[in-house]
Amino acid sequence: MIYYILRRLLAAIPTLLAVLTLVFVLVRIVPGDPAIAILGDQATPAAVAALDHKLGLDKPMWQQYVDFLGNSLSGDFGQSMITGRPIISEVGAVIAYTANLTLAALLIGCIIGIPLGVWAALNRNRTIDYAARLVSLIGLSFPVFVSGIYMLLLFALHWHLFPVIGSAPAATVLDQLNRLVLPAATLGIVMSAYITRVTRSAMLAVLGEDYIRTARAKGVPWRRVVWHHALRNAAMPVVTVVGLYIGILIGNSVLTEIVFNRPGLGSIIVAALNNRDYTMLQGLMVIYCFLIVVVNLLTDLTYGLIDPRVQHG
Amino acid sequence: MKRARRFIRTHPATSLGILLCALVVAGAVLAPWIAPYDPNDQNIVDRFQPPSGDYWLGTDSYGRDVLSRILWGAQISLLVAVTSIAAAIVIGGTIGMVSGYVGGRVDLLIMQVMDVLLSFPSLILGLIVVALLGPDLVNMVFAIALTAIAPFARIARAPVLSLKEQTFVEAGRALGFSHTRILFVHVLPNIMSEVLVMGSLWMATAVRTEASLSFIGLGVKPPTATWGSMMREGFENILDAPWLAFWPGIAILILVLGLNMVGDGLRDATDPRLRGET
Repeated sequence: MIYYILRRLLAAIPTLLAVLTLVFVLVRIVPGDPAIAILGDQATPAAVAALDHKLGLDKPMWQQYVDFLGNSLSGDFGQSMITGRPIISEVGAVIAYTANLTLAALLIGCIIGIPLGVWAALNRNRTIDYAARLVSLIGLSFPVFVSGIYMLLLFALHWHLFPVIGSAPAATVLDQLNRLVLPAATLGIVMSAYITRVTRSAMLAVLGEDYIRTARAKGVPWRRVVWHHALRNAAMPVVTVVGLYIGILIGNSVLTEIVFNRPGLGSIIVAALNNRDYTMLQGLMVIYCFLIVVVNLLTDLTYGLIDPRVQHG
Repeated sequence: MKRARRFIRTHPATSLGILLCALVVAGAVLAPWIAPYDPNDQNIVDRFQPPSGDYWLGTDSYGRDVLSRILWGAQISLLVAVTSIAAAIVIGGTIGMVSGYVGGRVDLLIMQVMDVLLSFPSLILGLIVVALLGPDLVNMVFAIALTAIAPFARIARAPVLSLKEQTFVEAGRALGFSHTRILFVHVLPNIMSEVLVMGSLWMATAVRTEASLSFIGLGVKPPTATWGSMMREGFENILDAPWLAFWPGIAILILVLGLNMVGDGLRDATDPRLRGET
């Protein structure tokens, strides 16, 4: 297992370098001088030169690139141009909110999506199957800001079950949970729609295998065949897709946080967009890259946990 | 007529998808004639009117007719989705085909870059690209196309790997055809269907991304009506006028659901192995 983890860690390094390079290129292809964009057209050349120097933009391109890589890999993501605070501490202050939201959504997605997918697969081409497919298609067609707003309209405005916009700091754990319900449900719906679809098709593929027939033939209870023999083998593609969609989940959490006025990476990124805070945007992109690479790594490690064959492969 | 009826009976979901898409296209094309009001006509006396006989879906904070704005907004959604995905198909498809055809280290390098693009959350990538370039229609199309290039490169590359070993490619070489001619005249038709199926599914994503960017405020500049920006306005006035946020959402849902249903149907039709499986 240790070797497997080490191998995956080593394999993540080139990906990380490539993604960092992409971020560097993206930020550099922007037309115009960021210093002028920040200071405005009326800025004196001296002021522009000073800011260029402060941002390191007066160095040769290769040097900027090397500095950027070195700083990013050593955990220095730079400072916000607006507040002057290190990006890592701005992110650190709110990352827990985004993490809670994403994990809760993932949990909801699995709790709804996996049983529904299994159920649909067992009832292939019957009403239940068609209904599950239609519902999951509708679920993944909703942009999250639309479903989020509909949640607000229904549960907060119509039924008054939840606060519309919770801006006051949550005092108790119960308060925090109460505030998590609607945003997590909004994201969880999308996630469960994706998980239902992939679980269904993975189960359909597995249920036709010989070992399922063998298990039934030797008298293993059907329930155990489904949940133990079949689902365990269908879990690989499901984990793959879940890992891929965590990226989508993180992207969508931005919209969810806006709609529900939650603190998190989303609110930071929107503030950075509005303030044209280039260093902040670059830093956030780097942090997103790290998150994605970590998620991919965790996905790979999950393979090793659920399928012992992987470690030796 | 008989064939149409049979198609509807055997492919109910796809038919519904076509109907939903046709509805939106008709609304967009006919908007100048069927929209009851000018979409940008402000009528401050009639602001925040709930849905009524005069204003079927109500009015917004400037007294503009919501129905008319939704109809005109369909044009933007369709325009962005079609152009950005067309661009992604042309650019991504070409990259993937050439990469697979050339093979070797070039292929390895190109696909590594595509994997990197693929691993980035598309919404975040689109958001940052539009923010850096400045919010307008062209930049938004560019940003959405950029997020969709990698998947098209992948789907175009995979079949080329086996196609280039086929006899007809060898025959083309023996006849002295150039690589360009072989690739675009002889190989391209073989991968077209797969790419187009993906195109319809990605159009749905493009509509969603466009609406999301507009919702964040990075879309086409106001007062142009877009569904995302209308949702934003409705969201800001959610306590006074809940219908403002409701109707544009339904419009987005109709188009995205329709495109997804058509895409699923096309995929089932082109790939019998997957029929009814996903």
